[in-house]
Amino acid sequence: MAQATLPVPADEADAHGHDPHGHADTNTGVTNTKLAMWVFLSSECIFFGAFISTYLLYRGRSVKGTPTPKDVYNIPFTSVTSFILLMSSLTMVLALAAIQRGDHRRFRVWTIATALFGVTFIGGQIYEFTEFYREGLALKTSVFGSSFFVLTGLHGLHVCVGIMWLLTLWGLSMQNRLHVQDAERVEIAGLYWHFVDIVWIVIFTVIYLIP
Amino acid sequence: MTTTTRAATVPAEIAPPRGILHRPKSTSGFWSWWTTVDHKKIGILYGGLALVFFLIAGIEALLIRLQLAGPNGTILTASQYNTLFTMHGTTMVFLVGMPLATAFGNYLIPLQIGARDVAFPRLNMFGFWVFAAGGAFIYSGFFLGGAPNGGWFGYTPLTSTPMTMGALPGHGPDFWAVGLVMLGIGSVTSGLNFVATILNMRAPGMTLMRMPVFVWMMLVVAFLTVFAMPAVTAALIMVFFDRNFSTNFFVAKAGGDPLLYQHLFWLFGHPEVYILILPGMGIVSETLPVFSRKPLFGRSVVIFSGIAIGFLGWGVWAHHMFATGLGPVAQTAFGLSTMLIAIPTGVKIFNWMGTVWGGSIKLSSPMLFSLGFIAMFTIGGLSGVTHSIVPADTQQTDTYYVVAHFHYVLFGGLVFAIFGGFYYWWPKVFGRLLDDRIGKVNFWLMLIGFNMTFFPMHISGLQGQPRRTYQYPANMGWDTANFIATIGAFVIALSVLVFLVNVVKTARRGEVASADPWDGRTLEWSIPSPAPEYNFAEIPEVHAADDFWHRKYTEDEEGRLVRLPAGGSDDGVQHGDGHGIHLPSPSFFPLILALGLPILGYAAVFKLPWLAVPGVIVLLFGVYAWGIEPGTAED
Ligand SMILES: [Cu+2]
Repeated sequence: MAQATLPVPADEADAHGHDPHGHADTNTGVTNTKLAMWVFLSSECIFFGAFISTYLLYRGRSVKGTPTPKDVYNIPFTSVTSFILLMSSLTMVLALAAIQRGDHRRFRVWTIATALFGVTFIGGQIYEFTEFYREGLALKTSVFGSSFFVLTGLHGLHVCVGIMWLLTLWGLSMQNRLHVQDAERVEIAGLYWHFVDIVWIVIFTVIYLIP
Repeated sequence: MTTTTRAATVPAEIAPPRGILHRPKSTSGFWSWWTTVDHKKIGILYGGLALVFFLIAGIEALLIRLQLAGPNGTILTASQYNTLFTMHGTTMVFLVGMPLATAFGNYLIPLQIGARDVAFPRLNMFGFWVFAAGGAFIYSGFFLGGAPNGGWFGYTPLTSTPMTMGALPGHGPDFWAVGLVMLGIGSVTSGLNFVATILNMRAPGMTLMRMPVFVWMMLVVAFLTVFAMPAVTAALIMVFFDRNFSTNFFVAKAGGDPLLYQHLFWLFGHPEVYILILPGMGIVSETLPVFSRKPLFGRSVVIFSGIAIGFLGWGVWAHHMFATGLGPVAQTAFGLSTMLIAIPTGVKIFNWMGTVWGGSIKLSSPMLFSLGFIAMFTIGGLSGVTHSIVPADTQQTDTYYVVAHFHYVLFGGLVFAIFGGFYYWWPKVFGRLLDDRIGKVNFWLMLIGFNMTFFPMHISGLQGQPRRTYQYPANMGWDTANFIATIGAFVIALSVLVFLVNVVKTARRGEVASADPWDGRTLEWSIPSPAPEYNFAEIPEVHAADDFWHRKYTEDEEGRLVRLPAGGSDDGVQHGDGHGIHLPSPSFFPLILALGLPILGYAAVFKLPWLAVPGVIVLLFGVYAWGIEPGTAED
């Protein structure tokens, strides 16, 4: 499903043409790209919803003798990486605000910070996966292993797509190819990034915190 | 004249022209079809390829019917039979029904809302190439170690058991799971495109309630597609992981639940039924008023019941699972919701009858097919409601009664409507009318053949003939029904042949169509036939539902229709050469991006990590080259 998350340029957005400084020239007043992004993200909700429900359905169903969530979860560690991902939403907001003001220097700083927070989160996830594996939890170990790794792995994949997207925007900005008029491209990437964050908050709450 | 893209309104130093490949320029000729971003050409591509798959699925069905013509058939082996019924179902749903609806949507939505193109022209083409690549990918299984053979529904644990454990030999389920994920990507992108187009790109005055009903139904379908596909995508990913990476999602002895798959599948699968049938409802809602010369009866009611179906469609999925033992509470709830959803459907049927009632009916081919749709779909709907009675459903489950039911809905419904749509819009698309006399032969053959094939299945099904079995014993009382069904299948094939003859015959010598050959009501008839590349020389201003009709007719004091004096030679029809209109430019990248998917697909099916590398490279190249290419080339 990642295809619809392409960094679609704003001029793809509408064959009506729109005023870069304000109101889009569409029936709804929302640009085509933004509208499509919102609908796409709601589609993604169902996608993650299916995996989260699967995890919840299989909670406590694993065969005795295989690692349980209590055995492997390291809540303090995951809390820290979750907090880092949460912070990346803040820097994302700052990056968007910067480009809307035309402050390209701060835009680059906040964008690269957002991407780096994302990379840190992924690093944490890789560490976590390795630890779990060493403690005897693999994809094939139990329904817990299967549903946990596939759900969080797919989320991690989404974060990776987001990181690449942010780095692309950063690269364009470094080459002076991203202008105030292109702020919506950043906004769209931001929507995606916030969505991926929110999904993680749900995963962290429902899967790690609720016993 | 307005310019149509932002590239033309932004100074060149802000959006410098750049691109990786030399930009394709041709807008006509063979190669233009590979890179086009014109929604009309893409619509024709969808329709053409879907028709090819329709013929393939038809041949599969004929082989099935030959095998079942008499008891203990020997034409096919059991495993060949499994492959054929799986591929027939998969093809008809994902490679015929959905793409045909997308074909009509692509061609007609911009024309009916008064737009020059869709919201995302390149994404539109990407969706088509993903459909083509996904279809070819699934069918390549025939040559690469096993076509899908676990049913179009792919129930677990049959499909999810690893190949080494011998449940289903060959790569069939892998091709099926990966191929459907691919097709899901294509249909979600086209769904997003339709949502943005319909909500955002309507001509001035084209309020939501003034939109043609076909556009409304496609809007509901687009939302259903976007929300239903991820559910089945998740289920398919789990199947693929169970099969290839030994996860335990559907392994009962590890605590997994095979029924979870059925829930996820039918959470997609029932909305999918409406994804397939609502476009058909939209088509007949366009044709019936035209050939009755009356406005659609209860127009807003038709629209709202379409929306109601879109919502209720999410609450009935478990009626596909009554035989699995859900427990009395769930069974009662889903039985009730299934009865409930019959109401908006029934309302629509009465609206269509009210439209025809008292009209000056013209029984041209599109009208015949539309009336056939109402009759056949009503029968299918009635047999469907019987499934909401849980004890009756338990008796009917896995029998030919179910096969009869859903063919009345999907063939009697969708396919009849689609053929009506072919006859109705053919002149707008190709500039020539299909022959009406051949069309009538086509219709009657199809109606007779269809009923011969599927009506007897109600009876043999109630007598207990199980579906999905490659042979049945003699002396069960099923012989006659099956024999008639097989004859009927060949009559249907003949009717399709008649259609093809019609297409070929009229391609050169058919009657040249005027802009408005049917005295139509909607905007697509206000432009020349075939539709010019830019659609509307001038974007129309809309003042009412059926605006084009009101530009042609008014009523006198006694309520009789009076033709308004014509303003031009071809009244109400646009003239103009479209000079100065900038259209989105063709692009290579939708094709390139779509090609990355089957490469990754083969890497997944055959577990070849090295093959994933070129797949990812192609995808990344496609994404970035697409991203930096402006929508419209500077010229
Ligand atoms: Cu259903």
